[in-house]
Amino acid sequence: MSFSRRTLLSFTGAGAALALLPRRARSASAAKIRIGLLLPYSGTYAALGHNITDAMKLAAHQHGDKLGGREIEWVAVDDESDPAKAPANVNKLVVGEKVDVLTGPVHSGVAMAMMQIIREEQTLTIVTNAGAQAVTGSLCVPHVFRTSFSNWQTSYPCADVMLKAGHKKAALMFWNYSFGQESMAAFKEGYLKGGGTIVKEIAVPFPSTEFQANLSEIASLKPDAVFVFFAGAGAAKFVKDYAAAGLREKIPLYGSGFLTEGVLAAQGPAAEGIKTTLHYAETLPSEANKRFREAFKKATSREADVYAVAGYDTVNLLSQALGKVQGDTSARKQLISALETAHIESPRGPFRFSKAHNPVQNIYLREVKNGQQQVLSVALKDAEDPAAGCALAK
Amino acid sequence: MTLSLVALQLLNGVEQGLLLFLVASGLTLVFGVLGVLNFAHGSFYMLGAYLAFWLAERTGSLLFAVLLGVPVMLLFGFLVERFAVSRLYQRDHLSQVLLTYGLVLLFNDLSRVLFGNDVHSVATPALLSGTLQLGELQSWPIYRLFTSVACLLIAAALRQVILHTRFGMRLRAGASNAEMLEVLGVDVRKLFAFVFSAGVALAALAGMLAAPLTTVYPGMGEGVLVISFVVVVIGGIGSVKGAFLGALLVGVADTFGKVLLPSVASAVVYGVMAAVLVWRPRGLFGTPAEAR
Repeated sequence: MSFSRRTLLSFTGAGAALALLPRRARSASAAKIRIGLLLPYSGTYAALGHNITDAMKLAAHQHGDKLGGREIEWVAVDDESDPAKAPANVNKLVVGEKVDVLTGPVHSGVAMAMMQIIREEQTLTIVTNAGAQAVTGSLCVPHVFRTSFSNWQTSYPCADVMLKAGHKKAALMFWNYSFGQESMAAFKEGYLKGGGTIVKEIAVPFPSTEFQANLSEIASLKPDAVFVFFAGAGAAKFVKDYAAAGLREKIPLYGSGFLTEGVLAAQGPAAEGIKTTLHYAETLPSEANKRFREAFKKATSREADVYAVAGYDTVNLLSQALGKVQGDTSARKQLISALETAHIESPRGPFRFSKAHNPVQNIYLREVKNGQQQVLSVALKDAEDPAAGCALAK
Repeated sequence: MTLSLVALQLLNGVEQGLLLFLVASGLTLVFGVLGVLNFAHGSFYMLGAYLAFWLAERTGSLLFAVLLGVPVMLLFGFLVERFAVSRLYQRDHLSQVLLTYGLVLLFNDLSRVLFGNDVHSVATPALLSGTLQLGELQSWPIYRLFTSVACLLIAAALRQVILHTRFGMRLRAGASNAEMLEVLGVDVRKLFAFVFSAGVALAALAGMLAAPLTTVYPGMGEGVLVISFVVVVIGGIGSVKGAFLGALLVGVADTFGKVLLPSVASAVVYGVMAAVLVWRPRGLFGTPAEAR
């Protein structure tokens, strides 16, 4: 079957007419505030997308399903963690659906594509996970905030932790893509400044999970400790391989917190004793954390994680700021200034925003004990991303 | 690199290659004998790993999971051949790719529905969970030694079957000229069904043996599939001996590539493939198309 150009055109015309119809119907409920969700609901990161979404809805529910006095309309798009599809997906939410606030994404590649568009469209945006430095660095703009973390924050503090533990010679191993590279750069900055020596940097092609050759290499180098960046299935595999190669008891393993986040069950006893740095741990003893975890469990019958925390805080932040402007999103200057001065009592501990709109937050040193992340100490208090290249931070 | 480290890396490469052989042998047989480009082969590897995870969780024994799982996958392969793949023998490779790629999507989503998106892992059997001490810090997991020996035994058994049994003779005949075999009165359909099931079972067995070494998640078979195709092309399509040498070559090249040329590690294997193809355009043991 083949379409002639004419039939194709008439199809498109009909489609456009259809698209216009609901828009008119919508204007009746213009009082609703439209929150866009650009998150993965399928693929490797689907679980993360669902946790962020559910935590956002939980927070909204706790505010009576209203933000700044307006009812909420959620507009979700599955971004599939695919940077190639990101421009189309962002346009769907920003231009097509005209959301008042855009939130998401999980994947840094999607975030970079998103930044291109929202910098032009001037959409108020809250980044709920992606840690790419550029979001609150070289690409920073007044209308973009981040409630999660920057890659720098998850790795830089670990350098100091290792040096204080007397590990002066470290080997690094990481997945060779932007997240891994930014983590390593941050770690190296701190480690070299503190007088440490890096004996070897091993870049593993992403997403390869065949580590045995590199583990033999590490054993032959005899470093004092190893610092790595891996996440998801690769992290689970790496931690198991590290233990199976007999290295767990001999060379301490450190990493950015994502090494053990969400994969502890798969890692099992192989993860015991691994120390990582992150802005959250499920065992944080604060009241806010306990209340949040109970509520999340009750609402979803799943355990909350670091991703859910960012979603939860995002809606609490919006509630606070929109409350100050009585839900008037056109009062843009006041709204942005309300966001800038917001103070969030997060499950991770209280945080505020830096000039570049990244959270200024405590980074915790965690150790896996009995299959749980136990907090050992605060690795870096009020860690503030250096925001390299951001004009707002000057 | 010291000599002992070179030897150890060689061991790492051979171990990686042997497991790869188990996957690639099934792929090359199906491609060589049936002429089917089977994209779903990696999915059978994944299904094997999931089956090992599920059965080991219930029975508490990986050995039991393998003993139970291999016949299940043999039967599963038979059904897939009967109801899907057998309809494609007369079609071109494009139709085959469409169907088998469709199976990949189907199996990936099936594993998502049944087991979720989570990463699962299978515990190493207690008996094999130790390490061999090779020096002050250097040690090697016993389970890797076990899989290497198991793969070698399977390779030897495959060789025995292919070279010294009537079935093996038909198989070789089928790989070089299936039509002639049919004219001579051999039930080629039955032969094809059996070869396909055996290929599925080999891939699944590889997935089961690899399960404790790797992690189990939807889509885990795709990387394995790509590298298995490289092995098949290097070894020569349809040649199990070629797949064996090709797998070892790929394993060793990948290992040393990672250690010596980390910046281009992911390309080393393809470089080796290109070099082999320049030297022998049909792979190490490929037969010329005219003779097939």
